[in-house]
Order: sequence, then C-alpha cells, then structure tokens
Amino acid sequence: MLTAILIMALGAVILGAALGYASIRFRVEGNPLVEKIEAILPQTQCGQCGYPGCKPYAKAIAEGEAEINRCPPGGQEGVVKLADLLGREVEPLDVEERPRQVAFIDERSCIGCTLCLQACPVEAIIGAAKQMHTVAAALCTGCELCVTPCPVECIRMEPVREKIDGWKWKYPVFEITPSKRAA
Amino acid sequence: MSALFQFNGGVKPATHKARSAQTPIDTAPLPTLLVVPLHQSIGSQPRPLVRAGEHVKKGQRIGAADKWLSSAVHAPTSGKVLAVEERVAAHPSGLSALSIVIAPDGKDEWIELEPFDPATLPPERVREILRDAGVVGLGGAVFPSHVKTEAAKTRALEALVINGAECEPFMTCDDRLMRERAEGIARGVAIFRDLLRPRRVLVGIEDNKPEAIAAMLSAVEAIGEDFTVVPVPTRYPAGGAKQLIRVLTGKEIPADRRSPEMGAQCFNVATAYTAWRAVAFGEPVISRIVTLTGNVERAGNWEIRLGTPLREILPLMRPKADTNRYIMGGPMMGFELPSLEAPIVKASNCIIAGSPSLFPPPAPEMPCIRCGACARACPHELQPFELYWFARARNFGKTQEYKLFDCIECGGCSYVCPARIPLVQYFRFAKSEIWSRERDKASADAAKARFERRQAREARERAEKAERLAKASERKAAPASTAPNDAAPDETEAARKAAIAAAIERARVQREGVQAGNTGDPDATRREEVAGAGIGQCRAVDAPDAGQDSRREGQ
Repeated sequence: MLTAILIMALGAVILGAALGYASIRFRVEGNPLVEKIEAILPQTQCGQCGYPGCKPYAKAIAEGEAEINRCPPGGQEGVVKLADLLGREVEPLDVEERPRQVAFIDERSCIGCTLCLQACPVEAIIGAAKQMHTVAAALCTGCELCVTPCPVECIRMEPVREKIDGWKWKYPVFEITPSKRAA
Repeated sequence: MSALFQFNGGVKPATHKARSAQTPIDTAPLPTLLVVPLHQSIGSQPRPLVRAGEHVKKGQRIGAADKWLSSAVHAPTSGKVLAVEERVAAHPSGLSALSIVIAPDGKDEWIELEPFDPATLPPERVREILRDAGVVGLGGAVFPSHVKTEAAKTRALEALVINGAECEPFMTCDDRLMRERAEGIARGVAIFRDLLRPRRVLVGIEDNKPEAIAAMLSAVEAIGEDFTVVPVPTRYPAGGAKQLIRVLTGKEIPADRRSPEMGAQCFNVATAYTAWRAVAFGEPVISRIVTLTGNVERAGNWEIRLGTPLREILPLMRPKADTNRYIMGGPMMGFELPSLEAPIVKASNCIIAGSPSLFPPPAPEMPCIRCGACARACPHELQPFELYWFARARNFGKTQEYKLFDCIECGGCSYVCPARIPLVQYFRFAKSEIWSRERDKASADAAKARFERRQAREARERAEKAERLAKASERKAAPASTAPNDAAPDETEAARKAAIAAAIERARVQREGVQAGNTGDPDATRREEVAGAGIGQCRAVDAPDAGQDSRREGQ
C-alpha cells in the first residue's frame, strides 16, 4: 500500500519537475496564434479593417473580437486561409475586392508638403519638405492612406500593370462549344 | 566508352525534321526595321546604353549586363536608333518589353572587333568577354554562359556535356550548325573546357543525325582534342539538359540543385559556337540560326539577326494560305507568338507555321481515368496525374510535395494522355502561381519590416522629444532656484519681470479694445457685416491654424 503511494507520489514529482522544466525551457513569448494570423494578412497596414495596422487586427482576431472578413487587400483567399487556421466559418468579404493598386504622385502639382510622407505606413514615399515627392512603386502596398492627406490632390491610385517578369500562366479554361447537328 | 544510361519514359513523336534539314544555312536579308528587346536572357534586364537618335554600328553594345547574372545585347546592324520603348515581346503573354528600335542604314558596318587567343587569356577575362558579348544558352533556356562556367570554383567537374541532341520535332538548327560549322563548335567547347576543367567532355547527339555526328567526330579529330562524341538514342526529351546528363553520365539532377553541384555542366552546341566567335573573333551574339518550318513552301535554316520581326521573315519561309499561327520553339514546348511584330530573340531556335490541319485544335478535355500513362512517360519519374489533381484544385502545397518543380514542362505527359488533358498547362499555372505568391509574401514581409522600423523610430522620436521638453523645463526651473546663489542676473531678472508685466498690460488693453468694438453699440453697416459673416467666420475663429483653413477652402 505504502509502496504504491510512494511510487505514485514519486512519479508525480518527476513528471511535475519535467513539466516545470519544459515550461521554462520551451517558453513561447507572446501568442503564437497572433503571429500565424499576421503571416496571412497582407501587411499593407492600410487600416481598412478598422484597426491601426495588421498586427492589431491579428491580435483582435486572436482574441475573438474581430471578424475574419474585414481585410480587403487580403481578399476572399485571405478569408479562406484565416478560416482554415482558426476553424471558423468562411464568410464573404464585407467589402468589394479590388485589383492591386499603387499610388502615383503627379509630380507637377506636388508642393512638397510631406503630409503623404507622414501618412505612408510602409515608407514607400520619398521626398523632403518643399521637395517633390515620389512613390517607390515596388514598395507601395496600395493602402490609399496617402491620398486624403494630400492638400493639392496630386496623388491617385493606379492599377498595377502586368509585366512580363511577374506574368502568370492562366488557369486552363476551355471553351465549350455546342457540336453542330447534321439536320 | 562506357555504356549509356537511360531516363524513364519519354515519347517518340513524329520528327518532321527531314524537310528543313536538307538545305544549307542561308543568311536572311537585312530587315527594314529591328526591334531588339533588352531582356533576352535569364537574370536582370540589361541597362540601355543608347538613346533615340543615336547612330549605332553593327555589334555595338546597346544594353550592358546589369549584374553578374545578366548578359549584354548588341546592335545587329549599323543604323539609327529610332526609339527605346516598350514593344511587343516574343513571349506567350503578348505583353511588351523594353526594346531598342533600330532603322538599318544598309551599310552593315562593324565596330572595331577585338579578337583574342583564348589560350592566352585568364579565365576571369574570358568570362567577362562572354558576358559582354551576350553569350547565353541558345538551346532555348538563355541562361548566361559566363555564370555557368563558374562551376569550377566550388567543385571539380566530372563531365562537361555538350548538347547536340536536338530532340524537339521540326527543329534542325543545331543539326545544320554541327554539319556546317563543326570546327567552330569544337573550338568553343575547348573554351568551356578550359574554364571548367572537367575530367571528360561528352558531346551527345541523337542518333537520327548521322551527318552531324560524323562532322563533329572529324572536327574534334581535326583540332586534336579528346572530346567524346556520343550518339544517344532518339527519344524525346533526350535533349533536355538534365536528361542528357543522365544519359551520358548517369547523374540525376534534382530541382533544388544546380548540375555543377552534382559534377556535371551542360552547354548547347550553338552556345559553344557563339562563345568561340565571341572570344576568337570578338563578334558578339547578334544573330542566330533559326529553323523556319511547318506549313510553309520553303523550309530551312536561316541565320537571322536578333530583333528581326516575324513579319520580315515570312517571305523567307513563304507560309501557305491556311497558316493561322506561328509557334516559337518546338511543337512540344513552344508557344504561339502573340503578333507578327514579335522579334526573333536569342531563345528563338525555331519558328513553325501552324495550320488547322498540321496542328488540329485540341480535342475536348475528358476526366482523368488515372491510367498512369503520364507517369510512364514522365522523364523525371513524377506522377503527373497526382500533380494535375492538386494543381487543378489549387492545392499548391501538395503540388510541391509531389515535386512540381522537378517538372521540366517537356509535354510528354500531355502527349500521351488518353483523356487529352493539357497537363503541362496546369503545371505552368501552378508554378507561376507559387512564384507569384512567394514574391507577394516577400514584399509583404519587407513592408512589415519597414512598418515596424517606422513605428520604432516614431516611438524613439516621441521619447526624445519628451526628454527634450523635460530638460527644457528643468532648465527653466533651474535659474529660478539657482538665482539666489547667482548675484549677477538679479538686475536682468527684474528687467524681465517688468517686461512681462508690460506685455500682460498691453494684452489686457488690446483685449479690452476688442471687447469694446463688439460690445459697444454697432452702427447699421456693422450689424449687417456681423449677420452676413455666417459660418465661415466662425470656422476661422475656431481653427487654430487659419492658413491651413484658407487652403482647404481654396480647393
């Protein structure tokens, strides 16, 4: 009887120690779920979801505060991925999906006020006070945050033009034509 | 001579080679316009070196290699640069690419050529010459050759494989080149051999080209080299670099390794020839041998200047009336040229005129019955039917598990498929989709990094500002407390206090003055003014920055 209790107690102590050690040794800083969600989000930092950036939105999703269909740049595909990860229902995107865009500054009208520079979350605009600004198109995520601050309305959004380098083969689609009947 | 190895599967389509292989290589006449795309090789796009209006000579460099993995382009004849602009490219997308448009002046005047004796040059110099002469893989993959000759730096090479297999149906440009210019090829191979220092050199030629084999054998003997010319069994795709290496050396190259890591390197015969011309004659790559065949009156091989639009070579091949499209490359791996304006580029080894009778429209796709014919035909021992399933379902992770990137898109699986499923189209779709996702992911990560850096910087700036303010207020507070210790500033202190008192007094008087204006009994015009001022004035009073406000209203 006593031996049995001792063995069980000893086992509990050993396992407890092992668990305690593991919790220190393999400690995970932060919530790994947030990081997984953030990896799916497109990192445009556009705030269209109502949160100030992708990370806050990821946190809100992880805490169950936000719906998963609030990210227009991520598109329906992003919603599906999030639903997969979180085991939630796939919902339709709550706004219309748009083709990717980049900002374009009309350099003739730019007065060099730096307001767009301050608005750009990903530092894709180059310029200085009273100097003409320009958008580094390769860095622009198309978040549109620079459009409204511009006092002279010289920023417009342009759809990304397809280039040979990034061109994709299309999904094979075959036209179905009715066969001619010999009448 | 050791025994040959085999690769799995392969197919034996009708070769259609006899027609174009009969006549010697002819030189195409000077076209009326040349459109030379800058980006004609793997790697980064060369920088344009000329501007519209400039005069260029034949062989003058018009695009400089931008990085190490890039290759120069040259003016194919002398003439005037009309424009440096986007023109339709020889690409399945039909999109345009930055090109240099040259109007030939008819003189065809060379630049001063700098010939070298290859044996006397250091290897680094030879690589530079190859890069600046625009020598790239002319088999169709257009990989810059100078980069491929670097393999020797890391690992001793066992075999240098020279690819004269030319397995695609219809194509005979390498065949004719080997028959007519075998010595040049052999000397070019010697240049690659000197750069790579392999243990042996193997020239693989499909056994349906006996004349080419004989010509190469006698050329190798004539220049006294020890290259082995090996006839390989005719079976598509024996001319794929990986397949030829496998047949000749038994080495299998996985998708994520380059062949030099496995001890082999492969060059096309035409590449070897241009390498020799580039080093020994100083001639850059400005033309290539192109097979013109298919639904035409006159099939044959022509030496055509790069940049010649397809429209200009139609008189050479004389397409028959029912020709409805032009295919660049072979019937297995080629693609339909988007327009008659598309130019001949370094990758254009063959132009096939197609007609509904020569290439009947594909029969409707039927469901996959999992018969496994594609797996038996696949030279890379993949399972195309599984890949097809996952690519069709856009399950890209699974396609990679099933080694999608080992697929060389040879088209063997589509050729044998009894359900007539265009398998390769699905694989190309999946590959480009995966690449595009990787690019998007990389740019999203970079955007995130920039965003986080920016946030960190803003936080730091805020902290620094707060610190500065704190210090400033400390400084303000400090003189008050230290004043008793310091006797000298006493008088100035008193003066400042007096000035402040005076300013307060002035402000008070001013305020009272304003109040007087408003509270006093206004006359009739004044009353009207106040009534008419409306909201605008209220806003002007509300806004702290009146200047900004007026700017907003100005819009």
